[in-house]
Amino acid sequence: MRHPAPRLALSAAALVFACAATAAEDYVLTIKDHQFTPAELEVPAGQKFKLTVKNEDASPEEFESKTLKKEKIVPAKKQIVMPMGPLEPGSYDFVGEFHEATAKGRLIAK
Amino acid sequence: MLATAIIVFREVIEAALVISIVMAASRGVARRGLWVWGGVGLGLVGSCVVAAFADRLAEAAAGVGQELFNAAILFTAVGMLGWHNVWMRRHGRELAMEMKQVGQAVLSGTRPLYALGLVVGLAVLREGSEVVLFLYGIATGGEGGTGAMLLGGAVGLGLGAAVGLAMYFGLLRVPTRHLFAVTSGLILFLAAGLASQGAACLVDADWLPPLGRAVWNTSDLLSEDSLAGQVLHTLVGYVSRPDGVQIVFYLATLVIIASLMRRFGDKPGRSASS
Ligand SMILES: [Cu+2]
Repeated sequence: MRHPAPRLALSAAALVFACAATAAEDYVLTIKDHQFTPAELEVPAGQKFKLTVKNEDASPEEFESKTLKKEKIVPAKKQIVMPMGPLEPGSYDFVGEFHEATAKGRLIAK
Repeated sequence: MLATAIIVFREVIEAALVISIVMAASRGVARRGLWVWGGVGLGLVGSCVVAAFADRLAEAAAGVGQELFNAAILFTAVGMLGWHNVWMRRHGRELAMEMKQVGQAVLSGTRPLYALGLVVGLAVLREGSEVVLFLYGIATGGEGGTGAMLLGGAVGLGLGAAVGLAMYFGLLRVPTRHLFAVTSGLILFLAAGLASQGAACLVDADWLPPLGRAVWNTSDLLSEDSLAGQVLHTLVGYVSRPDGVQIVFYLATLVIIASLMRRFGDKPGRSASS
């Protein structure tokens, strides 16, 4: 479901709501059945952006990444937004700490 | 079960180290147990409350409520630790004398024990709310079974407490006349480390500029995931990839508390006569 098209739609929406001072683009991760979708997400290097994590499971999760230095609870059936970056080019692993065995993913900054 | 034990251990160890230092720092003070364990109890109750309201907290302050809440906890603890240190510097000498002369029963009331109790409570609150959420998440997720989860949680708690106890009994081997100096030093670094963590929370909330990401990177050498890294992280605020602003907060806290201790700590008139 989450492919470049909705991201384009999001940027369009961001243009419409241009009054919002931030020009940061939004990137979305979804947690379902203790797994992240997409498992690999490409994000821009060298600029700020916002990462939204949606939790569609019935239990809370903790988005955790040592390399990104983030540790944030995502309550059940809720979403959180994290200001991120600017990141150096490279890949950044993250896990859902409460279900580390299945909830794994990585951001790829290009 | 193993995963549960490891995660609970990771959270408990931070609080356990703080409690052990506080217990050592307040050695010989009457009724410290009441304050310290009262702080632990309130911290546990608070953890459950925070976990129950995690949704609201996550949504508060335009989505950065969690970060601001953590920063507030951390900086409050820094303030309390600093206050304790200045106070101890001022009264430590008398305290050491009183301990011999007057006995311990009189030593209560004015001692900044509430500050230490609060520090303990905040440490438990911060780590405890994660544990509560985690255990709740596993319980509702239904994987592994509740029995295994409880066992894992108990093992993690036990191991964390063991590290705290080892630290405490290690400190007790320090002779009494040096103990205040040693615990003051530990508390100074503890406070600086908490301030640097608080700064990181404010960076996460986009309230502070990072002033340079990962000024150095020693994660290959010593990762905060390792036991040693975690212990050093708690005790002296070790960070393998610090933001510039974390270093600024760390050094500023060291300098500010140390100079407050010098400036207000010594009472020339009294100490000369005693
Ligand atoms: Cu923690």
